[in-house]
This record gives sequence, structure tokens and C-alpha cells, in this order.
Amino acid sequence: MSGTKKETGFTFTIDGIEVTAYAGQTIMEAADEAGVYIPRLCDHEGLRHQGSCRVCTVKAGGRSVAACTQPAAPGQAVENETPHLTKMRRDLVEMLFHEGNHLCPICEASGNCELQAMAYRLDMTEATKFPYLEPCRALDASHPDIALDTNRCISCGRCIRASQDVDGKGIFGYVGRGIHRRVAVNGENLADTDAEVTDHAISAEVCPVGCIIRKRVGFAVPIGEREFDKGLIGHDIEEKRK
Amino acid sequence: MSELPKARIATASLAGCFGCHMAILDIDERLIDLMKLVDVDRSPLTDKKRFTQRCDIGIIEGGCCNEENVHVLHDFRRNCDVLIALGQCAIMGGLPAMRNAIMHSDAPLRECLDEAYITGKYIRNTTHNVPNDPALPLLLDEVYPCSQVVEIDYQIPGCAPTGDIIFDTLSKLLTGKFRGFERDMIKFD
Repeated sequence: MSGTKKETGFTFTIDGIEVTAYAGQTIMEAADEAGVYIPRLCDHEGLRHQGSCRVCTVKAGGRSVAACTQPAAPGQAVENETPHLTKMRRDLVEMLFHEGNHLCPICEASGNCELQAMAYRLDMTEATKFPYLEPCRALDASHPDIALDTNRCISCGRCIRASQDVDGKGIFGYVGRGIHRRVAVNGENLADTDAEVTDHAISAEVCPVGCIIRKRVGFAVPIGEREFDKGLIGHDIEEKRK
Repeated sequence: MSELPKARIATASLAGCFGCHMAILDIDERLIDLMKLVDVDRSPLTDKKRFTQRCDIGIIEGGCCNEENVHVLHDFRRNCDVLIALGQCAIMGGLPAMRNAIMHSDAPLRECLDEAYITGKYIRNTTHNVPNDPALPLLLDEVYPCSQVVEIDYQIPGCAPTGDIIFDTLSKLLTGKFRGFERDMIKFD
């Protein structure tokens, strides 16, 4: 194959910041490398892109696109942190809070939760304008080492992709259509699957919320000293620019 | 320089654990600074049960789980220029709202009361009845956050919010300098 990455590189801008990208890279991949953080929930490093949560929506050439799936193009001007996009992202995150039962004070993932951290980053502090749907979803504690509280699931599908692509198991999958679409396990319950606590899909980094619970580890790190108690979500990416 | 007239504030606890009022006390010695700016009207802190006059700021802890909570909240909205929801119970129902989504139940409230008073494993209730004295406020079908009952002007997140964020927000509101929260102060837990 001729040509290195550097030879095929091109530049575009995100909020006026010049970013270098290579052929085949998405806007988000190029932004991450350049130290520009684009908020995201369903996308995760090492998993194939899905483009479903739309929290990473940016404006490219005047059009709204998902930064995690949209290929970067030479010379394009991408808008990321504008008041309009921030408000839209905040509304999206707020709707996710309303669609499940996200009671932070009783959730063992509090402080490590990407949904909560995104709400902090997007300043979700105004009185709500949406109704709380308060669904009654199942709790699956059948597995000796793992529990699932699907009330907290945001259907990001990261566990599905991790299980299929990394673990080669396919423990999780989507079921239902429209608002009824949910993540389900491939069996009567989790104990009937070949899920193991050592699977990548079960690891702390894959589930962004407190849905996949590893038993007996919940409060090993006390609240107040957890990942997003130390810094805003995305600060590790933004520090690359400093 | 003439001193600014003192603002009046009122506070109340609805369906919650009273922890947010405890957090107000966590303001510690800065309460002395705060008291230079405010007089406290109807509040558990003063033990005044009714408004003596209109207030500038009302602070509500807890959500609405019974009809009395709704009456108190409406009373606050009527009597306060600015209404603040303090803590996660006031903002989104919090722990009391767990009864809204009891799994596999068509009647979560009924199931909650049955478990609490009749069927619970460690219950000793000789009457085998759910308390139904007319003096008890009527329970609502669900626990509602304050913003679903009245208009809320500001929310201070946290369970409970720190004394720092309460002091910071109140002192900025009282001096007209509130422009939103510092990001590192926002915590939902």
C-alpha cells in the first residue's frame, strides 16, 4: 500500500480550530486526536460506531450530522460547541433521564456514570419541561457475579457491540421497535447465557450508566472520589490540546 | 452607605428526609453573613407555621407525595417571588419516587402500603390495616417533583446539596449576581 497516513492527511476546522484528519476518519476520531471533545454517549473507543444517541450531533456544512459516523472532509467547517447544539444535547440527555428511572442518589454508578457526567458538562440544572415516564423494567440478578438493572439502560448498545465484536459471544441484543426498543439478553435471563464477569461487555468502561452491575464491587471507591468527581467528562481529551 | 433592606426567605420540607435542611445548617458560620441579608419567615428553622408576609425567596425540599405537600407547595408559590427546589427529591422525586415504579405492579402505591403495613416480613401490625385515620393527608398516586406541580425558578441539585452550593447560590441571588452554577459544584448525588 502506497502512502503513509501523513501523506493522505487533510485539514478541516471545528469551531475555528484547525484539525488534521486522515482518509476514512470520522469527525469525532479526528477531533479526539486533536484534543477537541465532542460529547457522546453511544460511542466508545474500541467499539464500532453506531450513531444512535445523537448527543455527538455537530453542524457540518450547515447540516446536522452525527460526528461519530460522519467522515471528515477536507476544508469543511464543523460547529461543535454552539449555544444551539449545547441546548439540543442538553435536551437529549434530559430526555434520557426522563425515559428511564435515573435516581442518582440510589445508583451505585453515581460519579462514574457518563449520563450523569454529561448532564454536569451540559449544565442540566433547569427545571424540567418533560414528564417523567417512570417505566417498570426488569431487574435481572440471576447471575452469580453480574446484575442488570434495566431501569437505568439508555439503549446505547455498547454492551451489544462489545459482546459481539470483542468477546465474540452475542449476549446482548435489541428487541422491540420504536419507543419499546430495549436491550435484552440472549436467553431467559443472564444466568442462562455464557456471560462472565471478565467479559469486555461487562467491564466498567462499556456500560455508561449503572445498568450492568458487577456484584460486590459497587462502593469500592466512595462517592466523591469517583471518576467524574475528579473532572468533567472529556477533560482527558481536552488536555491533549494544552 | 445605607444598608440594603433585608430580604425575606421561607423554607419547607415536603416528601424528603429533611437532609436538605440539615445541609442548610452546613453553611456553618457563613450563616451569620447570610442572616445579615435575610429574615427567615415560615420555616422549620424558625418554627413559624404560616407566612407572616410575602417572601422574596421560598426554598422547598422534597417532592409531593400527599395532598398536604401540594397545598404547602401552592402556598409557597403564591407567597414567594422566587421559588427554589432544593435537592434531588424536590427536583425529580428522589428516593420517595422509587414507589412510582415498583416492578411488575399495576398498583405500586397499594403494593407499597401492603408491604409496609401488612405483608412485610418483619411487620408487627395487630390491626392488619393500612393506617386510614382522617387526619392523615391523602396519599397521591405517585410522588411528583415540584416542577410538575408549580413553576420552579431555580433548582439546586444534590442529595443533599453541599452547604457551599446553597450558600453560594443564595448569596448570589440575594445580591443579584447569580449567573448559573459553577460546573464543579453540580452534583446529583
